[in-house]
Amino acid sequence: MIEIVYKIGMVPVIAVLGIVLGLLYNGIDRKLAARMQSRVGPPIIQPFIDIKKLLMKESIVPRHAIKWLFNLMPVLALSASLLTLLYIPFCGIGPAFEGYGDLVLVLYLLVLPPLAITLGAFASGSHYATIGAQREMVTMISYELPLAIAIVSVAWLLSMANPSLPVFSLSVISNNPIWNFTTPLSFLGLLIIFIALLLVIPGELGKTPFDVAEAETEIAEGVFAEYSGRNLALFYLANAVRTIAIASLIIAIFLPWNLSTFFNFSYLSLLFDALFFLIKLFVIIFISSVFIRVIVPRLRITQVVSTYWFYTTLIALLGMLLIWIGCCLKG
Amino acid sequence: MDVKAFNRSLWVFHVNTGSCNGCDIEIIAALTPRYDVERFGIKLVGTPRHADVLLVTGPVTREMAKKLKRIYDQVPDPKAVMVVGNCGSTGGVFYESYNLVGPVDKIIPVDVYVPGCPPRPEAIIQGVIKLWEKLEDKRRGKC
Ligand code: SF4
Repeated sequence: MIEIVYKIGMVPVIAVLGIVLGLLYNGIDRKLAARMQSRVGPPIIQPFIDIKKLLMKESIVPRHAIKWLFNLMPVLALSASLLTLLYIPFCGIGPAFEGYGDLVLVLYLLVLPPLAITLGAFASGSHYATIGAQREMVTMISYELPLAIAIVSVAWLLSMANPSLPVFSLSVISNNPIWNFTTPLSFLGLLIIFIALLLVIPGELGKTPFDVAEAETEIAEGVFAEYSGRNLALFYLANAVRTIAIASLIIAIFLPWNLSTFFNFSYLSLLFDALFFLIKLFVIIFISSVFIRVIVPRLRITQVVSTYWFYTTLIALLGMLLIWIGCCLKG
Repeated sequence: MDVKAFNRSLWVFHVNTGSCNGCDIEIIAALTPRYDVERFGIKLVGTPRHADVLLVTGPVTREMAKKLKRIYDQVPDPKAVMVVGNCGSTGGVFYESYNLVGPVDKIIPVDVYVPGCPPRPEAIIQGVIKLWEKLEDKRRGKC
């Protein structure tokens, strides 16, 4: 009974935390990108200001749109992103819905927001949005393959070491840092897979150089072309929360250490763990979103497909192979 | 003067209604690291649906008149229109050309004019600040 109350109580806490952190990191992201281009850049709270303004503005539904679908999809995107966060270890504590869903469920939940965006774009009845939606689907198909390979290899490595564990459970993954089970060869493999996953993140989030679906200079913001006001704000929030969710997922798999396991902070350990988590989050987001975004311009859609299907998949497969060889040599 | 009023977030959609491209380049100059309007929360967006401000350059050719009207209607309220350049404000060097139906304020209501052929980026930024105040007044008038 108490457990259920705890779980329900965690929902609003995580939701608020996810949204606030998402917007904050978005602001830091924009500021850093600006500094790297030697601009002053917007203030860090700029995303909050933008959201506030968007909520104040009129929300237009185009005449040719399917109204209910058009209005429903932003809500779906945000709720799916928030739901993902509940299944992932977050801020130094275990997943709130521990035991009710594992890594595979998280992967499915991560697909939901792009699907919602795609459907919403199709429902808006605009040509630009339709092109954007098609591109979004193609991008989605491209990055799923390396992502799946990476996740499966990690689970496999874990299951080779401890056959009895439920290896897809995220709390198990984050409590047993996978680096502990590696031989030198599979360590290298794991490192390669980590890099492949870092490459997948900007595609997942629709950030430059993989933002072909939004491409404001060619197809007028693509999937979001017809969205305005409140609906746009919801998508904006969904994307911010999703950034946090994906980065936390990577942290849970590859950087699961907590400070409290090494030092003794007694009752302050939760605070220090949370702070340490925020630092890890910053590092992941900086490498995979800010850095790549600033140094590479947007690719064409064909290049996105070949980047993911060919190069990133190849990298991930190489990692998988190394892990396999490493495990075989050991076993 | 309360610049913070429109919440320091102003998204701009740029329409070219037959300008010589001089003003457009000055607008781009305002986005470069030297002037960097993003630090005031000003952002160029790719669709009128996201915009708060319609930035019009050019004297409105016969072809563009209907489209300009339509783009104006696509911008969600509260919105404002800003004209950059002499030719959009009065016709400028294209004054009384057979091919024009403009200037812009004959087609859509205009809030701020930025004169100059082309105006300097500083002038454009000042125009945006004027616009800010105006949008805020509009919002107050509504509430
Ligand atoms: S105002 Fe002058 S510089 Fe600007 S678009 Fe018109 S003619 Fe060109």
